[in-house]
Amino acid sequence: MSILVIAEHENGTLVGSTLNTISAAQAIGGDVDVLVAGNDCQSAAQAATQVVGVSRVRVADDSSLAGQLAENMADLVVSIASDYSHILAPATTFGKNFMPRASALLDVSQISDISAVITPDTFERPIYAGNALAKVQSADNIKLITVRITKFDAATASGGSATIEPVTAAANTDKSRYLGLAASESERVELTSAAIVVSGGRGMQSGDNFPMLERVADKLGAAVGASRAAVDAGFVPNDYQVGQTGKVIAPDLYIAVGISGAIQHLAGMKDSKVIVAINKDSEAPIFQVADYGLVADLFDAVPELESEL
Amino acid sequence: MKVLVGIKRVLDPQVKARVNGDRTGIDLTNAKMTMNPFCENAVEEAIRLKEAGTAEEVVVLSIGPAKAEETLRNALALGADRAILVHTEDTLEPLALAKVFKAIVADEQPQLILVGKQAIDDDCNQTGQMVSALLDWPQATFASKLEINGDTAKVTREVDGGLESIDVNMPAVVTVDLRLNEPRYASLPNVMKAKRKPLEKKELADLGLDTANRLTTLEVSEPPARDAGILVENVAELVGKLKNEAKVI
Repeated sequence: MSILVIAEHENGTLVGSTLNTISAAQAIGGDVDVLVAGNDCQSAAQAATQVVGVSRVRVADDSSLAGQLAENMADLVVSIASDYSHILAPATTFGKNFMPRASALLDVSQISDISAVITPDTFERPIYAGNALAKVQSADNIKLITVRITKFDAATASGGSATIEPVTAAANTDKSRYLGLAASESERVELTSAAIVVSGGRGMQSGDNFPMLERVADKLGAAVGASRAAVDAGFVPNDYQVGQTGKVIAPDLYIAVGISGAIQHLAGMKDSKVIVAINKDSEAPIFQVADYGLVADLFDAVPELESEL
Repeated sequence: MKVLVGIKRVLDPQVKARVNGDRTGIDLTNAKMTMNPFCENAVEEAIRLKEAGTAEEVVVLSIGPAKAEETLRNALALGADRAILVHTEDTLEPLALAKVFKAIVADEQPQLILVGKQAIDDDCNQTGQMVSALLDWPQATFASKLEINGDTAKVTREVDGGLESIDVNMPAVVTVDLRLNEPRYASLPNVMKAKRKPLEKKELADLGLDTANRLTTLEVSEPPARDAGILVENVAELVGKLKNEAKVI
């Protein structure tokens, strides 16, 4: 078996999700190649050669891959798909964008968001916002898979010695054009890679109250997240969102402040190692998943927490 | 411009999904069903395009059980012009759904297809991308803003790192995210009117497509429950537990 992992990278470095996806590939077993596709992506490719367990890094470095538009990415994946039994990408907005497109072009049913490898053709994946786990077996010759990154440990980023070789990018479809990314301005750690996350919900009442959480986060070296209710209410931008339709995270410590614990929010954080809930409503469902619950008015508790840390 | 909107009937998101007795799926007996939330945003956007004069006609398509007619009627009540139900009692995978879309597109010739970015039952997040692949159209996924400018559309996409902008040629497939718009509610007069709007039913079998599933669900199970936690009295106790018991700070 030969497995291809499609690397998520930005600004010349591999994104952490790539390491988790490599580990999922190793769980399937076989040779693992990594495809680094982009514009000016040689340093990300060099980084990929260092990852333990990677045999070969294939690099498609072409201006048509700037912004990693789905049409060009999918065509590239299709052009080398016949070399592989499995093709994996992280189930982040990066992988979710082009993988189904490549799957359809290959006439393959994609297996989305796997949480475990059972055998090389059978995988576990959460459905219904993680309220159930389905064990699914694929009959396709090539298996295209996106990986729930919180369910696989990161592969070791250094010590490997993969070979590197170029791949020709597919012809530019010119069906779409990349205009740019308005990146969120934050000096804090990234939500998906943070060991501690402090999240606010509708109980925060206003975006103006989020600095209170940010001060706690800064004391803990934590990232700040939010529930969909807080995002929909306009308190914070969408990239703060943790949940079924936002980011799925599993930090060592998750502190939910003023979050009731809707099914769709729990889907994004219930694999956290330790969960703390601060909510004035003792009936809030968040307390059912919390290791430590504090029934209190967050406007008293959060400033107190800041001073206790 | 004609807009085709795909919609799916799903378990109401407020209802907790429970695994059925023989562990083959979710128990949907007598469960409250509704339009997939992301599909509501797709329908809303299409109606707004019509209200703005950008679209002339909004056609809604559902591929599913006879009861999906209810969901289509709901979309008609919201303002869609007509509906198509491709009837099957089987649960199709996104690849098969995309093949059905392609067949319907050949008849309908829409210039824009709007679908939700994901269905909240199978959480696949595939169908829109697969439809655009089979049609050889461009795609714009996870849209939070859509501006149609004649032969192209500018789409703002919600990605993990922030907001990405792309420009796509038309016709295109756009999959929508929740912040694209705030879906309206259907008024009672519109619910009544919707009963008389055209709804065409086709049998999946009559389309002559290979829609066989490639994946077999061997088992569905409940995820392991978390151990019950404790309530602490105050912030000082909480911090103490986190430092000394959980050792996470």
